[in-house]
Amino acid sequence: MTATQEPILTAADLAGHGVHGDDPDAQGKFGIFGGRYVPEALIPALDEVAAEYDRARNDPAFLREFDHLLRTYAGRPTTLTEVPRFAEQAGGARIILKREDLTHTGAHKINNVLGQALLTKRLGKTRVIAETGAGQHGVATATAAALMGLECVIYMGAVDCERQALNVARMKLLGATVVPVTNGSQTLKDAINEAFRDWVTNVDRTHYLFGTIAGPHPFPEIVRDFARIIGVEARRQMLELTGALPDAVCAAVGGGSNAIGIFHAFIEDSGLVALHGYEAGGRGLETGEHALTLTAGSVGVLHGSRTYVLQDEEGQTIESHSISAGLDYPGVGPEHAWLKDSGRAVYHGVTDAEAMEAFALLARTEGIIPAIESSHALAGALKLGRELGPEATILVNLSGRGDKDMGTAMKYFDL
Amino acid sequence: MTTLQTVFAKAKADDRAALVGYLPAGFPTKDGAIAAATAMVEAGCDVIEIGLPYSDPLMDGPTIQDAVHRALSNGTRIADVLRTVEGVAKTGAATLVMTYWNPIDRYGAERFARDLASAGGVGTITPDLTPEEAGPWREASAAAGIDTVFLVAPSSTDERIKAVVECCTGFVYAASLMGVTGARESVSSSAQGLVERTRAHTDLPVCVGLGVGNGRQAAEVAAYADGVIVGSAFIRRLLDAADEASGLAAVRELGAELAAGVRG
Ligand SMILES: Cc1ncc(COP(=O)(O)O)c(C=O)c1O
Repeated sequence: MTATQEPILTAADLAGHGVHGDDPDAQGKFGIFGGRYVPEALIPALDEVAAEYDRARNDPAFLREFDHLLRTYAGRPTTLTEVPRFAEQAGGARIILKREDLTHTGAHKINNVLGQALLTKRLGKTRVIAETGAGQHGVATATAAALMGLECVIYMGAVDCERQALNVARMKLLGATVVPVTNGSQTLKDAINEAFRDWVTNVDRTHYLFGTIAGPHPFPEIVRDFARIIGVEARRQMLELTGALPDAVCAAVGGGSNAIGIFHAFIEDSGLVALHGYEAGGRGLETGEHALTLTAGSVGVLHGSRTYVLQDEEGQTIESHSISAGLDYPGVGPEHAWLKDSGRAVYHGVTDAEAMEAFALLARTEGIIPAIESSHALAGALKLGRELGPEATILVNLSGRGDKDMGTAMKYFDL
Repeated sequence: MTTLQTVFAKAKADDRAALVGYLPAGFPTKDGAIAAATAMVEAGCDVIEIGLPYSDPLMDGPTIQDAVHRALSNGTRIADVLRTVEGVAKTGAATLVMTYWNPIDRYGAERFARDLASAGGVGTITPDLTPEEAGPWREASAAAGIDTVFLVAPSSTDERIKAVVECCTGFVYAASLMGVTGARESVSSSAQGLVERTRAHTDLPVCVGLGVGNGRQAAEVAAYADGVIVGSAFIRRLLDAADEASGLAAVRELGAELAAGVRG
């Protein structure tokens, strides 16, 4: 390491308005998607967050502090790893992983969390709440809260508490209160409902540290900007490693934060770099037990945002299913809805079985145990490689590590 | 059909606040909801809000969540909501639908406004629709001749209050506190200030909801507001009742207590 390091993230990376031409408008809209569909009581808090974020991202001191945390606490930049033995199953295409699994706490979620935790302090709030599915966002939030001395309450569906029990224990050890949510589908969707109920009640001292690029404006924009570091680094690293841009970038899509994080730096490389998002196909589209929001959903409003939603003909949310808690969500970030409709990104489904096969394959061929969420992107890359052939180079966002998934893996593979 | 304008004019002439009761369609059963809302009217409710049960009620506390969950489990659909409105409107109460935005969005704004008006409904309350997103719904409602009620909250700035009341017809819903629906020990002290701040921007009646559950609280709110809104407390009576008859009796009893309350 040299003393005069370039900052990982520059002001231009965050001060996106006008620079990238793909920021939401003043109402938080990406085309027809996004906006704010929330109780009026929350509007002042959302305005406050938006205004403070606008100041922060133009403040060199904030950028320096964020950069410092990313470097010395989260462990950035994360490396690229080429996985040739795994790629043998992908028609011989080159597959290169962006190793978000190597960050502190083990998933890409830490990037957004550190940014928003700094924002929380600027807002003068002393308490953070968050929803979590896989528990990775909850763990990251509990971690940042411990680091910065904030009170922390995590809402987690009761079903998810069980399948991600290890992460529940981690959050508790870090000093957070974990509230199991027992209504509705008892997964991520219901955890978000409960977190909103807490926020509207305690908003004067509480920041809702939202974990993905869904929800009301400005969350989709803020979470994206703090996750952009993934793609900013990966684009530079790809050019260094291969001398060229990848032909395709693959990422798993739950709410969409890791996918937008890696996609965003490549959006302007239209015609050169294809963007592929992989949603959870669960037990298969035909069974109705899936989380194929972009692939099989319709446009509606969920959790404060207009986007694609799994819903029936009367607008009732349909419960999603996925073996991976982090993808088990019937909504998706509005920016992905926009990228889908504009055709800049394409979205596909990967079933539970396909994801688990890729999960095991990466472990056996490369000695890397991925999160089951990330395994959906790996399975997608296997298929894509076979389509594109041996000349292709595919960049995959390995959004997290699989330690948290050992319970599920033990059951699934009878280990 | 009794309009909101008639209700508030009459209450004013009687020198009292109007009593507004909330109940989700389909709770405790599809027909049971019509029976319970009818009992609420007979006991003294001037206005009834029929809730459209929605899978993700993020502004509601445990009591309404429970009722809505039961209604959805009963298979309550929008046709049932409209049938409930029709049944309740026949009692002579001004009948509104309270709903999160997505069911209307999906059903089609114009179609919903038209069908609600044909059922005898006089308007809607849409707690997650803000002025920025309300344009299409205001147009559809105006075309169908129904009122649009939106919410102001203690956190609302004067600027926001102004924007919200400009979208309202019929009345303005003032949320008494920062929080979700549900009866409370006492009515938040922020309610009166909010009503006063709202009045500075509109001549519409201002009704207070969230946390009102007994006659004493109703009287307290009636002293400064044009209407008192009660939901969870009615639902609680129905949830706690051993059978339908005792549930209706309990609803009548609470309705009478609240009706006395709004008369000071
Ligand atoms: C490792 C990992 N990847 C992906 C996701 C899905 O979230 P998103 O789509 O916001 O990246 C999660 C969510 O918990 C996760 O933990």
